[in-house]
Amino acid sequence: MVEMRGISKRFPGVLANDRVDLDVASGSIHALLGENGAGKSTLMHILSGLYRPDSGTMKVEDRAVSFASPLHAIRAGVGMVHQHFMLVETQTVAENVVLGDRRLGFRMDPSAIRDTVADLGRESGLEIDPDALIWQLSVGERQRVEIVKMLHRGARLLILDEPTAVLTPPEADTLFDRMRGMARAGRTLLFISHKLNEVMELAETVTVMRQGRVVDTVPKAQVSHRELVRMMVGSPVLFDVTVPPVQQGRKLLSLRSLRVENDRGQTAVDNLSLELRQREILGVAGVAGNGQRELAEAITGLRKLQAGTIELDGFDVTGSNQRRMIDLGISWVPQDRQHTGTAPNLSIQENFDLKRYRSARRGPFLDRAGQSSRAAALLAKYRVAASGRLQPVRLLSGGNLQKIILARELSTELRVLVAESPTRGLDVGAIQTVHELLMEQRSRGVAILLLSEDLQEVLSLSDRVAVIHNGRIMGILPRARAEADTIGMLMAGVVPEDMAT
Amino acid sequence: MTGGTVSGTVPSGRPRLRLEARDQPGLLTHLAVSLLLLVAALFLAGIVMTVAGGNPLDVYRSMFGAGFGSKWGLNDTLVKMVPLTLASLGVALAFRMKMWNIGAEGQLLMGALAASGVALFAVPPDMPQWLALALLAAAGAAGGAVWGIVPGWLRAQFGVNEIISTLMLNYVALSIVQFFVYGPWGERGFGLTPMFERNTWLPRLTEFADQWSALRGLTLHLGILAVPVAIVCLAILLNRTKFGFEIAMVGDNPDAARYAGVRLRRTMIIVMALSGALAGLAGMNEVSGVVHRLLEHISPGYGYTAIIVAWLGRFNPLAVAVVAFLFGGLIVGADEIQSAGISSLLQGVILFVMVSGNLLIRYRIRLRVPETLA
Ligand SMILES: Nc1ncnc2c1ncn2[C@@H]1O[C@H](COP(=O)(O)OP(=O)(O)O)[C@@H](O)[C@H]1O
Ligand SMILES: [Mg+2]
Repeated sequence: MVEMRGISKRFPGVLANDRVDLDVASGSIHALLGENGAGKSTLMHILSGLYRPDSGTMKVEDRAVSFASPLHAIRAGVGMVHQHFMLVETQTVAENVVLGDRRLGFRMDPSAIRDTVADLGRESGLEIDPDALIWQLSVGERQRVEIVKMLHRGARLLILDEPTAVLTPPEADTLFDRMRGMARAGRTLLFISHKLNEVMELAETVTVMRQGRVVDTVPKAQVSHRELVRMMVGSPVLFDVTVPPVQQGRKLLSLRSLRVENDRGQTAVDNLSLELRQREILGVAGVAGNGQRELAEAITGLRKLQAGTIELDGFDVTGSNQRRMIDLGISWVPQDRQHTGTAPNLSIQENFDLKRYRSARRGPFLDRAGQSSRAAALLAKYRVAASGRLQPVRLLSGGNLQKIILARELSTELRVLVAESPTRGLDVGAIQTVHELLMEQRSRGVAILLLSEDLQEVLSLSDRVAVIHNGRIMGILPRARAEADTIGMLMAGVVPEDMAT
Repeated sequence: MTGGTVSGTVPSGRPRLRLEARDQPGLLTHLAVSLLLLVAALFLAGIVMTVAGGNPLDVYRSMFGAGFGSKWGLNDTLVKMVPLTLASLGVALAFRMKMWNIGAEGQLLMGALAASGVALFAVPPDMPQWLALALLAAAGAAGGAVWGIVPGWLRAQFGVNEIISTLMLNYVALSIVQFFVYGPWGERGFGLTPMFERNTWLPRLTEFADQWSALRGLTLHLGILAVPVAIVCLAILLNRTKFGFEIAMVGDNPDAARYAGVRLRRTMIIVMALSGALAGLAGMNEVSGVVHRLLEHISPGYGYTAIIVAWLGRFNPLAVAVVAFLFGGLIVGADEIQSAGISSLLQGVILFVMVSGNLLIRYRIRLRVPETLA
């Protein structure tokens, strides 16, 4: 069905796809597995005509193709359902399905369209009321609309980008059923995932990607959980960081039996307990979406605890809000730099003061003079490449944005630092800087909780490594015993025999 | 600390220049473009008038003359400017935080109602005037604030869309006013209350004619003093206070604000309360400074015009006041030529042209980029 050869695609600062080959057999269910940032979405955007590759060739159904737009791709039978849906909220299902379909003329026949959409839905098992308005639909139903839209346009190869990320488990099961049905009916399905379990359940063939490259393509029947993990995480070369020996101090943060729900009300963190000492980096390794985000938000006061207690330096701070946690000295480098960590249209100096404005001066007024002098000092100290302290931060590159956040979070009287994937998407130089900054804080006595999917990073920096899977801690290993292999297994939810006691 | 100049690094400088230029055109560019757009809007509206059989030049001349051409015209324009500015500042404050409060009309009406209630029933005729006026102002602000807090709270607590709720509350407020002026507070079923006692009237300029004879006959009331006070207070609030900074954060990225420890719900409710209070003060000014009683049609839609004014003034207090002054003249001019339709037509066309003009600004700047680099 598909033959991609030597596909490369470079974005500023990253080689997202590096000479990738991919073959997909007609009528099969093929999984594209890999950690976040491995280049899966990019590859699929190329296959579906959204991006053009820098180099490489593609064949679809044995014909050489080069898509200038998704429209060309769909004409060749390739349709993609994106991670973020592209639907018009105020229009009906039927209208959305035919939206942008060039085969229709200027005039439309509403009832014929409704019938077609209803028929397609029945055929594929994706029943959906053609007259319903999009905004009335649940996420799962919207996804169906997207799929039906692609089928309507004649997709013979359907690409789904992390289709279960937004679904509840029962919804995901239904989707899997329908996907199998479509494959039986002769369509080819190519889905992206970083969840091992669903890949093992659904796929016939698995292609594993890591850091822009294809590691291997294997039939599912011939591969084990453990081997897939190994392919996903590789055998990491440790970063070159010096971890100075320090005497760990007293217990600073204790989490006891935390239970936290995600935005959809499902349990995301389940009976989780951890302890963190002064001058310690506790790495939490895990595939994205296993409760890391919710855990970070719970510790920093942004998310409500369903159960459990949090103690800071011996005091019970359970139930404190974000504001109080900040005042207590909990700093947080969030994973989502643009949407959580910064206000994009505010200036660099205002973003430096995003939290400090409250304490910098008594009374209701802002400390404007202090704001600019602080900003000048921080810009110099962290060597941020910017045109000035009044520049809006949205104009900064990822690495410089991260420097802004770190500068802000580390320049307070902090006791605990929650760092979520602090080097994700950064170039080597910036990664080095971030690692050095973390080490410096460790020496100063800060307790650091490092949540990261990057095994290499966790292993290089951590004094102890905890592995999170489905919101639970699968095991905690001291640095000396933390082997990539064992951790990879735990990340996949499998407890190795030598640990099962 | 390098890379400060765009020319220093061509590859990375190129897109940066483009974005900066696009979103941060200088003040002069802004002024020039705004003026150009205004002319375009007048031209477009003129076409409509011509088609309808009028002579736009005559219309504009007499409108301008009526609004700005004489002492009397200016007097009337300033009288209209007072409620318009107050309501627009309220709207601008909420819009800064991306709270789309389009309920200034209702908030104004509730302010007028509350002030009238106090004037009619709580102020004895022998109360000192300053105290009576302070009570009326407080009541007006409180009435408007309540009408802002309700949708603010609904949004904060339940996520109810404030566009819908504030719009609905406009109609509710109008019904309540109608109920009172035709019912319990009404006088002979005309849809108005009895005249207030004199000590609740905002003094007019003409009352000072004994000292300054030039003021004789001028109906402009001391409510005009609220305009500079409100501008200064709002500018300080937005630019100099911690609360103003929180508003800016929430307006730009609510998630980041939450992350930074801003109490989102509280901020929303307070902003809506202040926004409503400003509109409520506008209502108080109308009953106490202009008509001295409450009537059904106390507002010719100031609250709705305020949305346009706030938008055109780009939510900047001083700019909003300038636009409010111009729109005050527009309303007076339209009254003069006895056509309310012209006023709405012009307001609509101006808004339309200005909003589409925003895009124009960006595109222009962007197209100029390659030339600058070449
Ligand atoms: N539009 C883009 N511009 C710049 N960089 C991008 C863009 N899209 C993806 N990237 C980068 O390319 C790499 C691969 O991203 P992606 O294909 O989305 O990975 P995956 O889908 O496997 O998580 C990441 O480092 C990401 O930051
Ligand atoms: Mg992706």
